[in-house]
Amino acid sequence: MTDTTMTDLMKAKVIGRTEIEDLVVVPLFAVIMALLLGALTMLATNVDLATIGASYVALLKGSVGSLNAVSETLTAAAPLVLAGLGLALGFRAGLFNIGAEGQVLMGGMAAVVTGFSFASLPAVILLPMSLLAGALAGALYASIAGWLRAATGAHEVISTIMLNLISYRLLDYMLRLPFIQKEGRADPISKSVPDAAELPRLLGFLDPNLRVHAGIFLVLIAVVVVYWVLFRSKLGFEFRASGENAEAARFAGIHSGVIIVAAMATAGALAGLAGANQVLGVLGRATPGFSAGIGFDAIAVALLGRSHPVGVLFAGLLFGALKAGGRQMQVDAGVSIDLIGIIQALIIVFIAAPLLVRALFPWGFRHAKGGPS
Amino acid sequence: MSYFTAQIRHIGAMAAVLLATTSMASAFTACQVTDTGGIDDNSFNQTAWKGVEDAMADFGIEGRYLESQAETDYEANINALIDGDCGVIITVGFLLGDATKTAAEANPDQKFSIVDFAYDPTIPNILGQVYATDEAAFLAGYLAAGVSQTKILGVFGGINIPPVTIFMDGFSRGVDYYNAAKGASVVVLGWDPDTREGLFTNNFESLDDGRAYAQNLYDEGADIVLPVAGPVGLGSAALADELGPDRLKIIGVDADLYLTDPEKGHVYLTSITKRMDATVRGVIEMAMNDQFEGGVLVGSLKNGGVDLAPFHDMEDIVPDDLKAELDALRAGIIDGSISVRP
Repeated sequence: MTDTTMTDLMKAKVIGRTEIEDLVVVPLFAVIMALLLGALTMLATNVDLATIGASYVALLKGSVGSLNAVSETLTAAAPLVLAGLGLALGFRAGLFNIGAEGQVLMGGMAAVVTGFSFASLPAVILLPMSLLAGALAGALYASIAGWLRAATGAHEVISTIMLNLISYRLLDYMLRLPFIQKEGRADPISKSVPDAAELPRLLGFLDPNLRVHAGIFLVLIAVVVVYWVLFRSKLGFEFRASGENAEAARFAGIHSGVIIVAAMATAGALAGLAGANQVLGVLGRATPGFSAGIGFDAIAVALLGRSHPVGVLFAGLLFGALKAGGRQMQVDAGVSIDLIGIIQALIIVFIAAPLLVRALFPWGFRHAKGGPS
Repeated sequence: MSYFTAQIRHIGAMAAVLLATTSMASAFTACQVTDTGGIDDNSFNQTAWKGVEDAMADFGIEGRYLESQAETDYEANINALIDGDCGVIITVGFLLGDATKTAAEANPDQKFSIVDFAYDPTIPNILGQVYATDEAAFLAGYLAAGVSQTKILGVFGGINIPPVTIFMDGFSRGVDYYNAAKGASVVVLGWDPDTREGLFTNNFESLDDGRAYAQNLYDEGADIVLPVAGPVGLGSAALADELGPDRLKIIGVDADLYLTDPEKGHVYLTSITKRMDATVRGVIEMAMNDQFEGGVLVGSLKNGGVDLAPFHDMEDIVPDDLKAELDALRAGIIDGSISVRP
């Protein structure tokens, strides 16, 4: 492969008509179908039509209907997008990383420990340092799985699942260590991070209940950087080439072992950043359940976003909106929060089966060659 | 500045009223935020919610709840209810302590009540509901020591926090009391009241953990297990159901699990009831009648806030003289002649 074709490939238009169908139309119909089936589920569980209507109104109201709702949507979306970006990058490199949950935990933990250990430093140093510690811890933890894959061929699905389980117990253990555990408490809970290490709340001056914090800038930066890395850098090209066809990539001179470890480390860094975002922006400390399944929801976000950074951003916002709106559904309509879980799962089912969506909504797609137009 | 923010919130509330139905103006609404076990945990959260349901039936008020799926939800759930015109917001669980305090300080006009947390110093708009659960657990320990065949008892908790360990303290001291009185040597596995270390699942959700922990204790010889972990204990009951209650009995917590978990009712020796339903209902009544004030409400054996549930199917297994001793103990604890704390 000569240098010119290489550059051409890297500069080639990333999005075409089929990509748009894939990136926009399929997810859109998947969401619509999921909402419809969600309504049917409610009907089947003896919820009357008026309440179903009220609950979807509440879903909208609770996700975008007020300043507080938007703030909650963004707060919930931020860690999902960050971790989702990491997973998307892994998917592009052909790595199915299930370990974001563990990487979130390790990242968050490192950020908390850094935060309260250097509490005397000013915010301009301490906050970036804590975030960096989170990213590093996530990267290190993920590269264990990458290294195992590259050196021994151990499949990353298995090793990341195992690393998740290890991370839960490791967290329980670390939270009981005297220098981490909060003074005067017997339960596993860390010391609080000082104000200087907290991601500042953006709208706290309007209303102290608005939780949206500076982590959303982190998210936007991460989207741009991941986009650039994936589609505009040599490393990203190597990620994608290995993902498309590892054999061919190796013959083209791409060192697959290094690529695997690098891709896992980058994914882990983003997941670790998601953990840091939670502890520094939302919780202010670490507890056993602080990851709250973000690492797993992020898999769905990455799939829904078709492993494209911009797609992941919108998918994360959608999941954040479902989370914030689901809360309002409970408040206004008394519908169980579990329904939101069902809707999310249905979205994944339809995303995972694009052919099903195409069959259900044939008029939404350009017809295949030779078919009636 | 606070006047300004209050105005902003006021405008927000007006908009919410415009969007919502007209019934809001008249009715009193009691709102509840659950812990991560969920509203249908047959135990902790469900008992507290029953208090709201009782108040709904008795006073004709409205009730709402929000389930916390993770710790990240606490603050957001409370905030969601602050917009929702609640007469009183009841948060259920020690782990919501920090979030409730933050919300109460940011919203001084909103009445709050929290189950299982007592603030020191007290906060004017939070009424804490705590329970002298060790009094009832003491009775349960004495009972279990008397009923056990293997003379080995097991206990495990959800998370190592005071409202959980108080059960374990009372239970093991009840066993100690039995040993001292009878010259017996019944052993409690899973909790050491002196080192404050023991067996904890570190969650209040996993029924699998409940099963596995009970299995471990059973393998170590325990024939009666006390799981203090909300719905986690249902997993232990499932194991007891399979082994048969002759080989493994369970002691329920919070509610009378014989009644709330009827399918496996036959495995429960008794339950240590914590009448959150009664105190929650009482708090709602206070809030409705403007008798609400911040502070601490303590449920004890004396006022019925905690108790030992009936033995139900196990009635015949418990010898009559043991029942008589339990009655004497109860009277002693209530009049203060027997102390359940060292």
